Amino acid sequence: MSGLLLHLRQNYGAVLAITIFVILFVVFLSLHPRGPSVYVMTTASNTGAALAFVAMGQTLPVLTGGLDLSIGSILALCNALASEVVNGSPERVALGVVLVLLTGLACGLINGIVVVYGRIQPIIATLASGAVYTGLALLIRPIPGGEIDDVLSEAMTYETFGVIPTSLLLIVAVVLLIWVPFKNSVLGRGVYAAGSSEVAAYMSGVRVDRSKLAAYSLAGLFAAIGGLFLGFQTFSGDALIGVPYTLNSIAAVVIGGTSLYGGIGGVIGSIFGAYILRTINGVMFFAGAPPLAQPLFEGIILLGAVALAALRVVRIRNRLEVMD
Amino acid sequence: MSDRGGADAPFLEMVGIAKHYGGVHALQDVDFACRRHSIHAVLGENGAGKSTLIKIAAGVVRPDAGTMRLAGEEVRFATPPEAMRQGIVCVFQELSLVPDLSVADNIFITQPPGKWGFIDRRRQRRRAEALLARVGCEDIDPLERARNLPLSRRQLVELATALARDPKVLILDEATSALTARDVDAVFRILRELRDEGLAILYISHRMTEIEAIADTCSVFRNGRHIETFPQADRSRDEIVHMMIGREISQVYPPKPAAATNGTPSLEIENLTWQDRLRDISLTAAPGEIVGLGGLDGQGQRELLLALFGALRGVRGTVRIDGRRARIGSPAQAKSTRNGIAMIPEDRKTEGLMLPMSVRENLTIAGLSKMMRHVVIDPRREGARVDELVERLNIRVGNVRDAVASLSGGNQQKVVIAKWLVTEARILLLMDPTRGIDVGTKQELYGLMRQLADEGATILFYTSDYDELVGMCDRVFILYQGAVQHVFAGAEISERNIVRASLNLSLEDVSEDAAG
Repeated sequence: MSGLLLHLRQNYGAVLAITIFVILFVVFLSLHPRGPSVYVMTTASNTGAALAFVAMGQTLPVLTGGLDLSIGSILALCNALASEVVNGSPERVALGVVLVLLTGLACGLINGIVVVYGRIQPIIATLASGAVYTGLALLIRPIPGGEIDDVLSEAMTYETFGVIPTSLLLIVAVVLLIWVPFKNSVLGRGVYAAGSSEVAAYMSGVRVDRSKLAAYSLAGLFAAIGGLFLGFQTFSGDALIGVPYTLNSIAAVVIGGTSLYGGIGGVIGSIFGAYILRTINGVMFFAGAPPLAQPLFEGIILLGAVALAALRVVRIRNRLEVMD
Repeated sequence: MSDRGGADAPFLEMVGIAKHYGGVHALQDVDFACRRHSIHAVLGENGAGKSTLIKIAAGVVRPDAGTMRLAGEEVRFATPPEAMRQGIVCVFQELSLVPDLSVADNIFITQPPGKWGFIDRRRQRRRAEALLARVGCEDIDPLERARNLPLSRRQLVELATALARDPKVLILDEATSALTARDVDAVFRILRELRDEGLAILYISHRMTEIEAIADTCSVFRNGRHIETFPQADRSRDEIVHMMIGREISQVYPPKPAAATNGTPSLEIENLTWQDRLRDISLTAAPGEIVGLGGLDGQGQRELLLALFGALRGVRGTVRIDGRRARIGSPAQAKSTRNGIAMIPEDRKTEGLMLPMSVRENLTIAGLSKMMRHVVIDPRREGARVDELVERLNIRVGNVRDAVASLSGGNQQKVVIAKWLVTEARILLLMDPTRGIDVGTKQELYGLMRQLADEGATILFYTSDYDELVGMCDRVFILYQGAVQHVFAGAEISERNIVRASLNLSLEDVSEDAAG
């Protein structure tokens, strides 16, 4: 088998997501009254960017066999914080961006510490920490508002060289500068190993603890980038904006071909998973579906995606293997 | 069959039973029968096929060939409950009680008394009390949670659970291994009563003294074959041990070096103790030496290797490596250049491999630090190392990027071993590395082990196959209940000595039996 075919076969989840996205996007463009244009592309790219970042973040804990239910809260906390600190002089803006990113990283690290050293189920640990992060966000920003530097915001939400959506470049940059090196590091390999078989990884001398800490920390960082980007879109902050992002990020991860059992998948599929979800909304909007019916359709599509992912279980011959 | 035509006809009869796992024949063409009013002992070494036989009888495993008859009628069980409904009930070595349910709930877990799906708790409790009294546990409150009972009591509750299912054939698989001598007497009294009431009882144990005390009939198994069935009193211990070992020489081992034990020890263990599973174990091993760990399954061999690999907490005692006191708190520390320890774990599929990951990733997971470029893994160096390992160990693989799960058992085991060649480990801990592997691959592994020893590695080798201990090891430590029972070296390493020491029979008995 040639290298390319093998690569496609081993990443069939991501390949499937990309295919579905391309088909959906073509439908979307054909329904869109303005058709394909730079403006439409930029809007589409911006609409999905925040969810794409959060989905990338969610991918990492899922790869270790865990889950991060606090990821939407981290996004909201960072969004609220950004509306306080990302404004004023250029120096202050730069410092504010760094502060927001470090806050996200710290939230993720705390999640990791609770999961790894507290030996608490990831779902419970992040459900609790998420409430804490939401509480902090409300303290910072009790009502939506604040201010985010408009020069930076416009730079991030328009086009580069007049044709390429900057948000798209931002996603590509994050993939190339953070994800690719991480995936090829010992820590990153450990994330996959921990999700495939934590016992075998441990018995191979892999420092499973460090890999899990790194996974949750990076999830927080990606959520912070998402929160920051939402701020660029709205020029303001909102402490309660994160609620739908948690569930949608999990949906995007699953649609993107990452196994909820851990060990299989990657962030590329999750990015396309996020854009699939957003494109579905766009298609329904232009197809004239009543807005109140959208949650229903979204839910049905989610159920379908999760059912597709569960097909793996049907193939397992030994029923004891699913019961762990 | 040699035992046909007794006073009454066989009750449970198995004819031409065969079962294989991959290339390994667990049972071949086995005819077996047991009668009512009889306690029938099944004997054999580890891996002789005893467990598979009873699993087939109990509906846990389906045979590849053969038929089974119960009271003259052909039966076929797809699941354990089907066997149970026909009256075949097992008490297994591994405890099967649900720890957080009450004793009464456990006893009636499959068929609680009551109506329309509701449990009559009062009746359940009364019947549980009666059954507990029957097995000599009047003192246990049926509402106590199972997890609060000591191990020996739990084993007796297991027996009560079996009796609640109204057995016609009662199978006990090493069911006395957790019991004290007093409890064993109580169990024997119950078993004799049950036998006199007409049950057929299959009794599997490694304890020869128990078998002499309780069994009416014995069947010996070896290498998946039924060797012989005879009345218990007809054969001496020595004859039975001989029958269990057999005379076949099934494997070819590489020659042992003349004298490897003179070197300064690279591994020194003093008074290693862990909970009640390891008791004051002291052991030394030198570079170039293959030191065997023998004994029955579950006598602390696994815990000893896990302790040395840093996987157990609260280990007391001293470990020295190359004369330096070693601190080993985790496998990651154990594999460090300073300690240089590697371990091939017992369960390849859960502890040895990350099955969904590729062959390549599995091969390099332990030694990634040796193929870095700055902070990332250098794919070219990784690929080169993988190719080298695949060639050196002759791993038969289609594409190294395929999931390791797609390889055969033997090739999977080679991957587990190969990953430790990357770390250049000097001390190898092997936990039953040839289990479930075909003969050809076994021989390759034997050759590799000797080769690594010759290159200066120190090898601790646990195997459940006594033949391998004899064929491969320069010295053999026999463990019994967590302590070193005996050490054999050179010509003393014989299967007979090992079996004797493993069963905790004094070695003098051998000569007496032989004389008598």
